[in-house]
Amino acid sequence: MLKSISEFIIPAIMLLIPAYGLIKHVKIYEVFLDGAKEGINTIIKIFPALLAMLVAVGVLRASGTLDIFAKWISPLTAKIGMPSDVVPLAIIRPLSGSGALGIATELIKSHGPDSFTAKLASVMYGSTETTFYVLAVYFGSVGVKKMRHSIVAGIAADIAAILSSVFYSRLFF
Amino acid sequence: MINYIWIFMIGVGIVVGMINGRMGEVSKAIIDSSESAVTISIGLVGIMSLWLGIMQIAEKSGLMDMLAKVLKPAIIKLFPEIPKNHPAIGAMIMNISANMLGLGNAATPFGIKAMEYLQELNKRDVASNSMCTFLVINTASVQFLPAVMIGLRASLGAKNPADFVLAGLFSSITALTVGLVVVKSLEKSSLFKE
Repeated sequence: MLKSISEFIIPAIMLLIPAYGLIKHVKIYEVFLDGAKEGINTIIKIFPALLAMLVAVGVLRASGTLDIFAKWISPLTAKIGMPSDVVPLAIIRPLSGSGALGIATELIKSHGPDSFTAKLASVMYGSTETTFYVLAVYFGSVGVKKMRHSIVAGIAADIAAILSSVFYSRLFF
Repeated sequence: MINYIWIFMIGVGIVVGMINGRMGEVSKAIIDSSESAVTISIGLVGIMSLWLGIMQIAEKSGLMDMLAKVLKPAIIKLFPEIPKNHPAIGAMIMNISANMLGLGNAATPFGIKAMEYLQELNKRDVASNSMCTFLVINTASVQFLPAVMIGLRASLGAKNPADFVLAGLFSSITALTVGLVVVKSLEKSSLFKE
């Protein structure tokens, strides 16, 4: 049931959004082209960070560091049903968006795009934002220096995101 | 912060590789990873452009305004300190709607505008309750369409690249709920009273 819903997501969006635009008298083809040309810029923007993280994780994996780390942390992660490979992603997610994307990419590539680890990494990446970046940029933009309880609440939300992404991935996949 | 993490990953990796006698593998990994960064990025260009095009149609056809209308009552409830017709409400709603649709580039200007309005009401260098609540909503990021991740899975050959979207949505709603409960219950605590 859930599987068939998710199979419809992409085709449904592909049809419904342009159809709705047409009803609203939007020049959908022109607008589409205009938006699509931003795609390559987005990729250019994330490429350096993707490169930096793929190389760093590549070093960790090839040297055997990840295996040692996995062995060391697995008693803890096994309790919540989380593959130990995903731990670095959970640590980096609140700190760096592009860094997390790089690590998630490496996980998806090395475990296969349809593996449980890859799906969990996708859920985890999407379920929270880069908390520290958001707080720094937005508070910084208006010169607010004392962030009060926002940090604690942001971290609480991150921890909840990580635990619940494990929970829902177990449930769905 | 990320500076230290990056050098830590590379440094530890190389030292452990040396101890394990796997420097050959490490060298190969550095070169191979750089190459796969290129392949992955190029693979992403197509699907990413497709999504951005579709989302541009969504924005131009007023889908964002529709979502904003749905969100308004909830937002007013969450920010009791802000006068009902204050422009801060509008800016926050537009920011949150844009984020939900995955329009990150459109969301940030609205978010900064919202912070400026909130700062007009606040006037200090200490965060107001409204600011904290607004930013926690922002960091929890409920997103209907994580386009980058769908694109990435697709370009790496997933059978059904959007299969994680529902689980992701449930998970971010859980995170948002936890964040809101914590932010609301701490705002009166003396521990965080500037």
